[in-house]
Amino acid sequence: MRVPLSWLREYVDLPAGETGRDVAARLVRAGLEVETVEQLGTDIKGPLVVGEVLSIEELPGFKKPIRHCFVNVGAANGTGEPQEIVCGATNFQVGDKVVVILPGGVLPGPFPISARQTYGHTSAGMICSARELGMGDDHNGIIVLPPEYEAGTDAIELLQLVDEVLDIAVTPDRGYCLSMRGVAREAAAAYGLPLADPALLDVPPANSYGYLVKVADPVGCDRFVARTVTGVNPGAQSPIWLQRRLQKSGIRPISLAVDITNYVMLEVGQPLHAYDRERVDGPIQVRRAAEGETLTTLDGVKRKLSAEDLLICDNSGPIGLAGVMGGATTEILEPVTDPETGVVTGTTEIIVEAAHFEPVAIARSAKRHKLPSEASKRFERGVDPEAARAAAQRAVDLLVLIAGGTAEAGVTDIAAPRPVRTIAIDAGLPDRVAGAEYGRETVTRRLQEVGCSVVGADVLEVTPPSWRPDLTDPYDLVEEVVRLEGYDNVPARMPVVPPGRGLSEAQRFHRRVGVALAGAGYVEINAYPFVGEAAFDGLGLDADDARRRTVKLVNPLNDAEPALRTTLLPGLLGALRRNVGRGNTDLALFETGTVFLPKAEPKVAPRLPVDRRPTEEQLAELNAALPDQPRRVAVALTGERLPSGWWGKGAPSGWADAIEAARTVAAAAGVELTVRQAQYAPWHPGRCAELLVGEVVVGHAGELHPRVVKALHLPERTSAMELDLDLVFEDGRRVSGPPVSAYPVATQDVALIVDAGVHAADVESALREGAGELLESLRLFDVFTGEQAGAGRKSLAYTLRFRAADRTLTADEASAARESAVAVAAERTGAVLRGA
Amino acid sequence: MSAPNKSYDPVEVEALKPEVVEQARDEAIAAFAAAADLDELKQAKVAHTGDRSPLSLANREIGALPPQAKAAAGKLIGQARGAVNQALAKRQTELEAERDARVLVEEAVDVTLPYGRVPRGARHPLTTLAERIEDTFVAMGYQVASGPEVEAEWLNFDALNLHADHPARSMQDTFFVEAPDGTADSGMVLRTQTSPVQIRAMLAGEPPLYAVSPGRVYRTDELDATHTPVFRQVEAIAVDEGLTFGHLKGTIEVLVEKLIGGGLELRWRPSYFPFTEPSAEIDLQCFVCRGASVGNPDRPCRTCSSEGWIELGGCGVVNPRVLVAAGIDPNRYSGFAFGLGLERILMNRHNVADMRDMVEGDVRFTLPFGMEI
Ligand SMILES: [Zn+2]
Repeated sequence: MRVPLSWLREYVDLPAGETGRDVAARLVRAGLEVETVEQLGTDIKGPLVVGEVLSIEELPGFKKPIRHCFVNVGAANGTGEPQEIVCGATNFQVGDKVVVILPGGVLPGPFPISARQTYGHTSAGMICSARELGMGDDHNGIIVLPPEYEAGTDAIELLQLVDEVLDIAVTPDRGYCLSMRGVAREAAAAYGLPLADPALLDVPPANSYGYLVKVADPVGCDRFVARTVTGVNPGAQSPIWLQRRLQKSGIRPISLAVDITNYVMLEVGQPLHAYDRERVDGPIQVRRAAEGETLTTLDGVKRKLSAEDLLICDNSGPIGLAGVMGGATTEILEPVTDPETGVVTGTTEIIVEAAHFEPVAIARSAKRHKLPSEASKRFERGVDPEAARAAAQRAVDLLVLIAGGTAEAGVTDIAAPRPVRTIAIDAGLPDRVAGAEYGRETVTRRLQEVGCSVVGADVLEVTPPSWRPDLTDPYDLVEEVVRLEGYDNVPARMPVVPPGRGLSEAQRFHRRVGVALAGAGYVEINAYPFVGEAAFDGLGLDADDARRRTVKLVNPLNDAEPALRTTLLPGLLGALRRNVGRGNTDLALFETGTVFLPKAEPKVAPRLPVDRRPTEEQLAELNAALPDQPRRVAVALTGERLPSGWWGKGAPSGWADAIEAARTVAAAAGVELTVRQAQYAPWHPGRCAELLVGEVVVGHAGELHPRVVKALHLPERTSAMELDLDLVFEDGRRVSGPPVSAYPVATQDVALIVDAGVHAADVESALREGAGELLESLRLFDVFTGEQAGAGRKSLAYTLRFRAADRTLTADEASAARESAVAVAAERTGAVLRGA
Repeated sequence: MSAPNKSYDPVEVEALKPEVVEQARDEAIAAFAAAADLDELKQAKVAHTGDRSPLSLANREIGALPPQAKAAAGKLIGQARGAVNQALAKRQTELEAERDARVLVEEAVDVTLPYGRVPRGARHPLTTLAERIEDTFVAMGYQVASGPEVEAEWLNFDALNLHADHPARSMQDTFFVEAPDGTADSGMVLRTQTSPVQIRAMLAGEPPLYAVSPGRVYRTDELDATHTPVFRQVEAIAVDEGLTFGHLKGTIEVLVEKLIGGGLELRWRPSYFPFTEPSAEIDLQCFVCRGASVGNPDRPCRTCSSEGWIELGGCGVVNPRVLVAAGIDPNRYSGFAFGLGLERILMNRHNVADMRDMVEGDVRFTLPFGMEI
């Protein structure tokens, strides 16, 4: 809602020096979101005056029409002589009143005006268009004023060019503030000044000889006021003040009848519609549409109607989509001037409709037909049904005043009975909700200020005003009192919170994972969870891979990515590629986040009641419909894991780093991770590990498949890991402090030859088991294949450290443990001692 | 060496004459002083304190002296040897220090050499910002709560007093989850706010309830410098007996002081949210210009767009209808709730100009934020 300050002052006698910013600050504190305060006309400098065109000489021989004019500007040029001006516009004649800026003036731009030679003549000034004056986007040439203004009159004043406009974003509960009347009411309350209510008009009572209206759906339309004006001069135009107010409010002046309906809508908030009475066939009817009916709306679009649409009809069928947009067949005609006689023909009899429609019906129609209009915006948010009569009256008055019409005596006013809404509110409730001390008197006064009638003492019986359909329960009234008293004035206090229990173990774990990975050199990213088939194709997933079953969105941002991720890898690898593309080539990235796994049999989540707590069964049904959303962690690596430098060579990242990242996560969880060789897309079939906790597969890690690397345009040997944090986490884990022996260590090395296909993990577990409890630690320090190991064989060299808790081990004891270890390894894995 | 001899006159023993002992002592001390390095000192040490040194030889003569003479001779030699050893130790220390100084100079390195052998990682600033906010609330006694991102419409809208035709429901551009029949009637959405977690927390137990819930939320905005379709909120809710709007103000004041700093004014603008009433938008006085940029084109402020205020988020007293939907008696309990946008706080708190930087995952953006924010 754009609110010109000059217009606002018509209803509230604001202090003279009060600026737009001052007013905005007050309104903001009362809850109106004033987004900007626009300063109009600050970039225009006169002399800008009314001129009378005395002569026009068409200058031939130029690419476009050029006119050499003499214009009477009165005494404004200091001489009283006609002003010589060259002009490129052609929409004016000798005798027309125009707007002239004289040398020394400045137009917005800034564009200073001076006398100059052009097209062989002197041009001492300029005849202005609305656009050049910053009044609007009118492209219809220069402004031609009504004839009554005298040459030399100051046009800055006349055209009301200097003003301030408050642009207010109106929240859905404040429909009444989509009008000058509503904003003025807020301003009056904010300043403690009286309001001159523009809807307080003398309106003749309803009678039986108004235009015949039949309302078949009193729920959809509980008020319909119709008034008729005849003898309207079709050539009459909107006066400057009306056009200017519309322009400043962001509405383009069109024709007098339309301008008046728009003006009254802005003023009192009641959307109006004007029909050409001669084009309406019989009585007006309000009803729901029949399936299959159509209507061509004012914008020329033929619309298929739905049975829910509320219609205005006549005997010919639909003539308007109620509260949204009128139809083409009954609209006010564009005036046509006969070039011979100069006689203007057009609409001379107008029916003014001021109706009240049900908000939900209008909202749905506007949504269904994608027709958000100024009218529907207001009806959706609630229009004052009691303002309909005044609004119609105001429009009639203006048509009479400006267009020379005659108001017919008939007044149609169909009103469905409207129950009186009263709200009982404990007078102390605002104090208790706010934590402030207002007292009953203040509460009553504030409620009266917003238009409520209030009776009672301890319990107040409050009747909200007709323009506040949003006030329905005691808390609505509390809000009115507290906001008008000022939120800033509520004393701040701290609640006494019962002792908390801190973060849960799972929450601590999630933090620890991030800290551990970042500590290991990984950088966290947050990718969008949107994916498409292309992402899965890139990962080389089989057609029946479970990860291709996704939760889909009806309205994705990008049609190619309509689904939610079932793996973190697409987003993470995308971030990796983006970084590489930007020249960051040594990368270790990680992400934690949820994936979305559809239920085996997708269901619809029920819409439960809101007037009571749902039952446990209902909640269980609701939760059962939601997709599983486990929390995952993933890493991706490329380039050097440890950089090379003056200290020597670094180390490239690879499959082992990806698996180690999983161990880092497992360590953060305090669980033992088992690594097993596996084949799983998108990993390299020979370089893929399955990660297990106990017997549960929690994820995979390794080097990516070369085909995936190629398809996704990743650097060669890119590695990745993904695992499920929910599966890794175990609540209630507690580490037992290990006993630390101070006796000396006995170290023994052992080199084993095994088949190349034997897994180091199996050899290690065999050694551990065979070595028994004297083994303190075991470390694989060398792996090699080749001639020395023998064809198809590999050598694994370990350091075994033995230590006893209670004594110094003898060399024999250590050797025996070593031999036992080797024996078990030999039995389980076929290992033989190297050189044996 | 002479054998003990009772008739032996000590003064007759040449080596034990005081002047001879003193001379040997002085020569030793002089030799040590003259030693230029540790090798020379070692030679001087052998010559003057070794078995064949004059003082050692003299010492041996004491044994042959009559008992009455032994004490005096022993004292004489002992003092001399003491002085010699002291001089030796002193010189030894001096020369070692000299050597050390020289060697350590030779071993000097350029300690300004760059060293990036172990790459550093970093956590995303939005993650650590959320944790910082969580910690502030946990310190006040709150629990950290969470909920699913694909959420039931009932929890995201209906239970929050946003019925199907509520105008506010169209204000939020919602991603709808496809139903089995291909329509939008799955009853599920990508949550548009963290508020459904409020409802879940209320459904989970009886008040008193004090919970904070950070999380990702979704709206159908295209990504640009100031919008992202996937963003983060932190929501806090308190439900207890006697909670007021004043308690809400006090809580947010504490949060702002911890998060951004003290001494900044807050502006409470009445606003509209279906799930709270009274509702407010919270504006924070711009901590860069402190309002000096307002109406002052010579001093524009990028942080607040010369508005003087920065929007922090929305808040209010929990609408009793919401309590009812969650099974809480509104006559006994009241509550407050508020939600903050993390991206905007990060932009303001850390001078981030473009929201895309938080989204794209460029390591150059994230690394400087380190492990905590
Ligand atoms: Zn600022």
